[in-house]
Amino acid sequence: MASAATSIPPSRPYPLPRPRGILDTIYPLHVILSAYPIACFTGAFLTDCAYVASAEMQWANFSAWLIVAGLVMGVVAGIAGVVDFIANRRVRRRRSGWLHGLGNGLVMLLALLNAFVHSRDAYTSVMPWGIFLSAVVAVLVLVTSWLGTRQTMEARWIEMNGEVAP
Amino acid sequence: MNRLSPLFLAPLLALAACGQKPVDPGAQTGPNPQLPDQQQYLMPPMKVGKVTPWGNTMPTPGAGLRVQALASGFEHPRSIYTLPNGDVLVVESNGPPAPVFRPKEIIMGWVQGSAGAKAKSANRITLLRDADGDGKAEVRSVFLDHLNSPFGVALVGNDLYIANTDAIVRYPYVTGDKRITAPGQKLVDLPGGPIDHHWTKSLVASPDGSKLYVGVGSNSNITENGIGAEMNRAAIWEVDRATGMWRLFAQGLRNPNGLNFEPQSHALWTVVNERDELGPDLVPDYLTSVRPGGFYGWPYSYYGNHVDPRVRPRRPDLVARAIVPDYALGSHVAPLGMVFANNGGALPQTLRDGAFVGEHGSWDRDPFNGYRVIFIPFANGRPSGKPVDVLTGFLAKDQTVHGRPVGVAMDSRGALLVADDVGNTVWRVSSATP
Repeated sequence: MASAATSIPPSRPYPLPRPRGILDTIYPLHVILSAYPIACFTGAFLTDCAYVASAEMQWANFSAWLIVAGLVMGVVAGIAGVVDFIANRRVRRRRSGWLHGLGNGLVMLLALLNAFVHSRDAYTSVMPWGIFLSAVVAVLVLVTSWLGTRQTMEARWIEMNGEVAP
Repeated sequence: MNRLSPLFLAPLLALAACGQKPVDPGAQTGPNPQLPDQQQYLMPPMKVGKVTPWGNTMPTPGAGLRVQALASGFEHPRSIYTLPNGDVLVVESNGPPAPVFRPKEIIMGWVQGSAGAKAKSANRITLLRDADGDGKAEVRSVFLDHLNSPFGVALVGNDLYIANTDAIVRYPYVTGDKRITAPGQKLVDLPGGPIDHHWTKSLVASPDGSKLYVGVGSNSNITENGIGAEMNRAAIWEVDRATGMWRLFAQGLRNPNGLNFEPQSHALWTVVNERDELGPDLVPDYLTSVRPGGFYGWPYSYYGNHVDPRVRPRRPDLVARAIVPDYALGSHVAPLGMVFANNGGALPQTLRDGAFVGEHGSWDRDPFNGYRVIFIPFANGRPSGKPVDVLTGFLAKDQTVHGRPVGVAMDSRGALLVADDVGNTVWRVSSATP
């Protein structure tokens, strides 16, 4: 499958190219910042579960902070993501790149809604809509992150091996 | 994936939409208030008016009444107490700073700060004397200072009790004193910080002087600080004056203020601030007599068996014995002061049997509600009619706020005194024709 033109042996399936310039520094930043909303939004679902199981308000407080922190860091990661997306023509041309971006937009919208639901007092800040939204956001952020990681891998593969990537 | 978004949003937006007909405030005063369905918000409405000073204007007295400024230039006057010689104590106070547990509290702090509700507490009691009876105080003196968010005052003989937010302290008082320099002696600790959500500790002595009754408000709107923070709160304490021993006299009263004994029946009455964020017309605040050992619903229910869905674990056993309060005052009017009328003579005959209530005014509904002083006529020791406006005009026509009435008291001539903690004035209401 690997073209004969490449100097990298085909036994290394996803080789990363050498960073080319200023725009390539945005990619690691995009990855690092993305870790925050992923951890916060999945964490909020877990603390919601802990609240429902215990009726201990501190767990619901954790959820409220995690959702807001996820939103703040999600905006920062999103800026890095948009720059990365625009900088990389190959990513832009792939369907998974678009799905990753639009899906994360939806994640942020639902998380914002969830922040408002979690601003209610006591039990109804979590049950039923809070924990439902937390679950949806947690699943969705994992899916979009998986898509995002995958499309980067594909884009890099193409960069190294030409358009005949899997 | 983005095609799914309307699917997710639809039920939530439906949840947020109100579409409920507003309840006429008049239908929420009296013994049988209309109680609409509960609403839960995505974003609770907050409507606090910008403050525009009184300038040369004054509140509007009811028919046949006049109003004067007994004194002004105070720092957040919250409550008033008239001493037997006619001297008036003005408690200048505010709550201690609140800890932040959730992002919501940061936002709410900004909004309430813009309404001037977050000013630092003066922690002072100022004495006013109007010896010539012209309705203007000629003598003004710092009576006590360096207190801790004081609110309630009660005098029994020569013992003057001040209810700080965290303790009742006793001071020796001699008639005519303009300043107390003797150190206070603590009678009993009260629930104060680190969380001290409803901080005002209302205080009244029993008619025989043997007991003190203290209003201890809840530590949250509806248990969002955890049920553990509510230990011995949302209750009226009965404190033995001689020993400082105490018991819970009544419970389930979210934020009881204006504790007073009805002069005919000698029963204890209070005004209570009910819970927020169930809708603009829930839950009506109320005036009620307080039965010993009575449970009035908070947090589990309101007006008897109307269960609050926000409280876990549930307590059907307590809901079953929750007492329906006597007289609703309207939703979010925030009654923080109450006093029974007397026969002093400075007010018309129609305002001599009943209760005056200071309604601090709403902050979480649109349009505003409260922001007035009302009179509820009584007969045979019970409310006997609809409220009558005594003092209005705290809201300007442009929806800014000139003042907010809080504590009320009768002066030695039978006129009504009203503390205005935004206008920083004590207003005196008397008959227009002496």
